[in-house]
Amino acid sequence: MIELRNITKRFGDVLANDRVSFTVGPGTIHAIIGENGAGKSTAMRIAYGFYTSDDGEILIDGQAREIRTPHDAIALGVGMVHQHFMLVEPMTVAENIVLGAEPGSAISLDLREAADEIRKLSDEFKLFVDPNATIESLSVGQQQRVELLKALYRHAQLLILDEPTAVLTPQEVEEFFAILRRMREQGKTIVIITHKLSEVLAISDNVTVMRDGRVVGDLKTPATNAAELARLMVGREVLLRVEKPDAKAGAAILGARDLSIVGRDGSKRVDGVSFEVRAGEIVGIAGVEGNGQTELIEALAGLIPGSHMSGEITFQGRDITRLDARKRKELGIAHVPEDRHRRGLLLDFSLAENTILGVHYRKPAVSSNGVLLDERGIQRRAEQVIRDFDVRPPNPMLPARSLSGGNQQKLIIGREFELPPKLLLVSQPTRGVDIGAIEFIHRKIVAMRDGGCAVLLVSAELEEVTALADRLLVIHKGQIVGEVDPKVATSEEIGLMMTGGKRS
Amino acid sequence: MKRALCRRPGQFWDKDQRPKTKDQIVMKLLREILFPLIAVVAAFIVGGIVVLIIGDSPIQTYRLLIGSAFSWPDGIGYTLFYATPLIFTGLAVAVAFRCGLLNIGAEGQLYIGAFATAWVGIKLAGTSAWILLPLCCAVAIAAGAIWGGIPGLLKARFGSHEVINTIMLNFIAVALVSYFTQYHYKAPGDPILQTTTIGTTAHIARLGKFIPGLPERIPLNLAFIFAIIACAFVYILLWKTKWGYEIRATGANPSAAEYGGISIRKQIILAMAISGGLAGMVGINEVLGYRYRYYDGFSANYGFVGIAVALLGRNHPVGVFLAALLFAILLRGGIFVDAYTVHVSKDIVDMLQGIVIVFVAAEAAFRGPIKKFGLMRRAKV
Repeated sequence: MIELRNITKRFGDVLANDRVSFTVGPGTIHAIIGENGAGKSTAMRIAYGFYTSDDGEILIDGQAREIRTPHDAIALGVGMVHQHFMLVEPMTVAENIVLGAEPGSAISLDLREAADEIRKLSDEFKLFVDPNATIESLSVGQQQRVELLKALYRHAQLLILDEPTAVLTPQEVEEFFAILRRMREQGKTIVIITHKLSEVLAISDNVTVMRDGRVVGDLKTPATNAAELARLMVGREVLLRVEKPDAKAGAAILGARDLSIVGRDGSKRVDGVSFEVRAGEIVGIAGVEGNGQTELIEALAGLIPGSHMSGEITFQGRDITRLDARKRKELGIAHVPEDRHRRGLLLDFSLAENTILGVHYRKPAVSSNGVLLDERGIQRRAEQVIRDFDVRPPNPMLPARSLSGGNQQKLIIGREFELPPKLLLVSQPTRGVDIGAIEFIHRKIVAMRDGGCAVLLVSAELEEVTALADRLLVIHKGQIVGEVDPKVATSEEIGLMMTGGKRS
Repeated sequence: MKRALCRRPGQFWDKDQRPKTKDQIVMKLLREILFPLIAVVAAFIVGGIVVLIIGDSPIQTYRLLIGSAFSWPDGIGYTLFYATPLIFTGLAVAVAFRCGLLNIGAEGQLYIGAFATAWVGIKLAGTSAWILLPLCCAVAIAAGAIWGGIPGLLKARFGSHEVINTIMLNFIAVALVSYFTQYHYKAPGDPILQTTTIGTTAHIARLGKFIPGLPERIPLNLAFIFAIIACAFVYILLWKTKWGYEIRATGANPSAAEYGGISIRKQIILAMAISGGLAGMVGINEVLGYRYRYYDGFSANYGFVGIAVALLGRNHPVGVFLAALLFAILLRGGIFVDAYTVHVSKDIVDMLQGIVIVFVAAEAAFRGPIKKFGLMRRAKV
């Protein structure tokens, strides 16, 4: 269907694609995996005409084609769905889909016919999208299906999907994969860019592995396994399993009693939750995203105003319900927030400036007069975080924005671990982080636990919480519906509890 | 930080990592300086074409416009005098902007500051200069800070937008000081809307007193020195203190600032108060250094031009100082353009200011083509 031959692309001094060649067979699902910055998105953007390659050629159905703009690509039957959707929120599905290819004449827009066609496509692939709904009324998963429809409406035979599951909940991922399989049955060809091994194994027929701008492996999915793919991606053996000794739990550090939280819109987000976390143990919270985990962690970190919550939070036996975020940090409560761009980082600030966020008003960030920033102290701290947590590139003057997701996450974790904490609140520590860094982050969290820190971990990846946690609480609709031993419980059992089914 | 980087060569950073840093510093400087510069040059080119169409010689017009600012002592003296209020208002807008706030109310804040300082100067006339002078200066700052702090407080407390509130407070300020001038503090029978004079002990010295060759009739006064100090103050505050870190963090990402234990509400009020205080300092230049009374409607839109100054100066004190100088040069030169050209009027100054702002705002649009010409790559080496 599509073949890339020796595609080479430079950005300044960086060789993003170095003689990249691979073939995607018609009617297959082809995965392209690699760590962040491996060049997989660049290669596919070249195929879609977003970038032009410096060298090499693209063949479609065996013929060399010049693809200079996305327009050329669409004309050749190539469609792409981006990681960040390109939809106009207040407009309807049909309006969004025809955008750029409006039917009718210049002065009259005939949407009815388009809506019929969209409905037909939606039925054909079982997408269940109403053409007359506005985008803002749709869930993220539905919005993604609108993006798919956009490509299908333009008669795409080949669909390129850039990290399509990054924004989806586990349930939505399942549905999404079912749609992709149906599309394959109907003869469409799909290229899926990802860095999640489990997804590659679950959905693809063939897989191309990229590292440092090069293709390092071209495999048939049934003939490979996670360990091999990980090794190819990272370039060395990777431990996919977390190795940890049994927990030696000590005294209770964090206590939550009858904690309830009301959201900004007045709806109940957390409903009468009680639990405790002891020193030297990792307590995991499993649950489908949006079941109150975000609010729970933010409340414990002191980021939810007192007027929106009730109940009691204790730290080492002391009531801290009314303490603000700064006071809690001073007690030794570190927080790795779930959204590193929104909460965790000042993207335009340097790495050095980011390593003092939260401690910027006291030593070592401030000199002994208590007002002026101590640049050498900040520098030393930054160097320490960068070295201990292997942040690359190791240059404290770079803006945080210029780092890859994994390195941004390592920076945040480094900053919080440097506190040093007695209690660690960790939310989605490895979201959008590549495998090498995931392994590193997991090891650091376990090391923190072994050092006597209490850890509360929230993750949307069930695998992650079961692997790391010593005890696992399952949350559903803001309530803790049960506690399980992650060593014993099966994922089916936990999954059932996550969706509200009681344990037998 | 740059020094610390060089002090430990090879220890922590790889050799090939360091030149990259230097590149980045050069790039950053380029972006900070080159683009505003291009905007100014582009504005002058467009302005020149307009002058040509109107029927005058662009070269002669520009010689008048710019050249007249550099004559000694009048040109330089007046240019710096014009620059003084623009530095204050430019800094005011810049500080608020660094906290993510748009202070459209510098105009109102400077009126309040000027009137308040005049009021104290009138009421306490005869008091020793050692007391009265610092007091008058402090009152100008405090009054501006309060007037700027109000919209800050409203935003922090009720979330009402500072742009709306600062605009509204401009109207209130202008009406308020006019009323007090007209009905309470005007000299009886004075046809001009101005207050009686302040005590002589509240006068601040004109720079002519200290600089040989600069006559004292030129109103350039100590407030210009205060303006330079204010630039240094703002720089140290924003980049060298923990308070500045909190203000900038709030402006860069309020969510992350909150996460870092920073009270966003406090920062908003603080930044608006500092901003208002800086705007209020215009009153020191105007009342204590120039007219020795409050003259109603004295501001030639300093508060609004300050927005342009901050924009062109990229919200950095050094940039603000340079941008204020440029706008002052234009203000000064405009008078001569008016007098000595046939067709072009001093309105060309407003036009040039406008075009500069359009080009600064459109920076992103011409950043692309420049990259294409490889200018950046060459500059990097």
